[in-house]
Amino acid sequence: MKFQIPIGPQHPALKEPISIRLTVEGEVIKDADLRLGYNHRGVEKLAEEKSWIQNIYLCERICGICSHSHATCFVQGAEKLLEIEPPRRGVYLRYLVSELERIHSHLLWLGVAGHEAGFDTFFMYTWRDREVVMDLLEMISGNRVHYAINTLGGVRRDIDETLRGKILEGLAVLKARSEYYFKIGAAEPTFVARLAGVGPLTKQQAMDYCAVGPMARASGIDRDVRKNDPHDFYNEVEFDVATADSCDVLGRTIVRIKELFESYKICEQILQKLPDGPIAVKAPRRAKPGEVVSRYEAPRGENIHYIVANGSDKPERLKVRAPTLANYPATIEILKHGFIADVPLIFAAIDPCICCAERSVELVDARSGEERTLRFSDLRRMANDRARSLSLQRNVAWPL
Amino acid sequence: MAALKTILYLLVYPGFLFLFVYSTFVEWFDRKVYARLQNRMGPTHTGRAGLLQPIADIVKLMAKEDIVPDKADKKVFTALPVVGLAVVLTAGLLLPVWNIDLAAASPISFPGDLIVLLYLLSLPTLVLFLAGWSSTNAFSIIGGTRVLTMLFGYEVPLFLAVLSPAVLAGSWRMAEIAAFYRAHPLLILPNLIGFGIALIAVQAKLERTPFDIPHAETEIVGGTFTEYSGKKLAFFRLMADVELVVAAGLLATVFLGGFGGSVLPAFVQFVLKTLFVVFLLSVLRAVTGRIRVDQVVSLAWKWLAPLAVLQLLIVILIKGFAL
Repeated sequence: MKFQIPIGPQHPALKEPISIRLTVEGEVIKDADLRLGYNHRGVEKLAEEKSWIQNIYLCERICGICSHSHATCFVQGAEKLLEIEPPRRGVYLRYLVSELERIHSHLLWLGVAGHEAGFDTFFMYTWRDREVVMDLLEMISGNRVHYAINTLGGVRRDIDETLRGKILEGLAVLKARSEYYFKIGAAEPTFVARLAGVGPLTKQQAMDYCAVGPMARASGIDRDVRKNDPHDFYNEVEFDVATADSCDVLGRTIVRIKELFESYKICEQILQKLPDGPIAVKAPRRAKPGEVVSRYEAPRGENIHYIVANGSDKPERLKVRAPTLANYPATIEILKHGFIADVPLIFAAIDPCICCAERSVELVDARSGEERTLRFSDLRRMANDRARSLSLQRNVAWPL
Repeated sequence: MAALKTILYLLVYPGFLFLFVYSTFVEWFDRKVYARLQNRMGPTHTGRAGLLQPIADIVKLMAKEDIVPDKADKKVFTALPVVGLAVVLTAGLLLPVWNIDLAAASPISFPGDLIVLLYLLSLPTLVLFLAGWSSTNAFSIIGGTRVLTMLFGYEVPLFLAVLSPAVLAGSWRMAEIAAFYRAHPLLILPNLIGFGIALIAVQAKLERTPFDIPHAETEIVGGTFTEYSGKKLAFFRLMADVELVVAAGLLATVFLGGFGGSVLPAFVQFVLKTLFVVFLLSVLRAVTGRIRVDQVVSLAWKWLAPLAVLQLLIVILIKGFAL
């Protein structure tokens, strides 16, 4: 017997609204379909109305977890357009926050993976230890979530010697805890039984579907913006790209835990080599006409911002390609051969940030499969038409 | 006098009142152990150290709106929680907690009560399946089928594991089995494999992690209970609590020598031994993640069932040569 079960838009496994429609036969999934657009906020349009400096804080709000990633990606591009070079101390502090953010994001993900696999003890432990890095971020920037440390031409806050000591202490604690998690992730029988072999994505498939981040690296592709197309800073520190070749959710877990260790390594090197000097330079208000593509390795994968300047104090166009969006096609393909029990794990394994990936409204006709991109006025007209006819058909069957 | 004794037995100890109070206490104990193992506090606010939290939960659920889905089979949907609770309460009466005198033991103690208790413990599983099925919700139906799939896995190992101590004691009557092991405490040791198997099988029967598959929150929302709310959900939760007490009592009776002595020592033993079993179950719940339903069946038939047969073989050999 085939029937459809809806995962989302509201579902305990999803922290944000997205709709996955699964056609199942017993426990086996035969078909999967993904629908986006429940969380569209019009960020790109809003960016065209705001000045360069205001846009940093707007970009920060694209995502709650990798807020610094979007802000840094934007700032990297904007600095090229404004033709300024941030001082080295500023750059070091900027990427210190980047790596701390990666640590907090991966610890958060480990907890979520534990919860999706029904292993709540793991969830509680990782989230307890995540508080350590959250506190460090708060000490550095003053905020726990939206750090607001970036500014055009550098960073806004400096660190002193006592804070440096505290960060090193915190990193030592986290390192010890992460080793323990590595042991659990790779050895706890019920956990491994749930992760190993789940959501297979071969190297070729990962290439074909343009997977990014830990998803691609777990399929044996050592692709990392920090190595392939790095900001100068990443050439000055030593680290490895963490990969795994098991091509499953276990591999994605292992890659993330390995990346934790690489991030600890980078943070320690930053704190050792931290140069003296100013933390920011003054930025001009207007950028010369031009365009730039800025790439940044967010915790979830490659983040791309495309910025066009037209000579005014505002960008003419900002296009954001969040890593989650790049991972959707591969996820759908993986889901099609899994069990229902594996859906939360497979979906969580891309570390989805749904609001990051919501860019334009594209409607797919449920019956014909025809796609249309709509303007706001069209949407309003359709909504009004529908509201008028609603009184006639109260029990409209979902999905309409 | 006999009638009064029976009424006392049914309503107070170990009947309805005791099972209600004690099962809420056991739920508190389980939650507290689970929380402490996870570095959390667990219930703290309601009553001393949160002791009244489970009762408060039930009272709150009782006051909530009770919704029956339009397309559900209303009679079955409504009757199931009551039937489920009645079944586990009946099973609770069979536990030999009142057997001061073996010859004139509790009103309900007879040769073969072990089998009846196992049967009564199988019924809640069917109740849960029907609950899922009669809800006519996609998540509930998947939950319901998962309940049955798991039943095929753990039921046979559980029966084999519980029957081997009975074979060694040479009786199908729980009071006599317990008395036998109190007389020969060393013979508890050969049954340890069976105790382990029974613990795992009981964990699966009670649908607790790693076997909380039928109501796996992140996969199928509420599973079997998705459509249940208010009083009916409260009854189901109470059913699960009482089932936990009865299952722990069963394991304590057949594997840990039961509850001997006069009234007070027997009561103390009952509390200590069932809490010990519940503690083991809580630890198991804290240190594992949820497995898949096909993994439950293969675990049960690849490991638990052969081990249970091995246990039976050990028991038969001991009985043949040593006794």
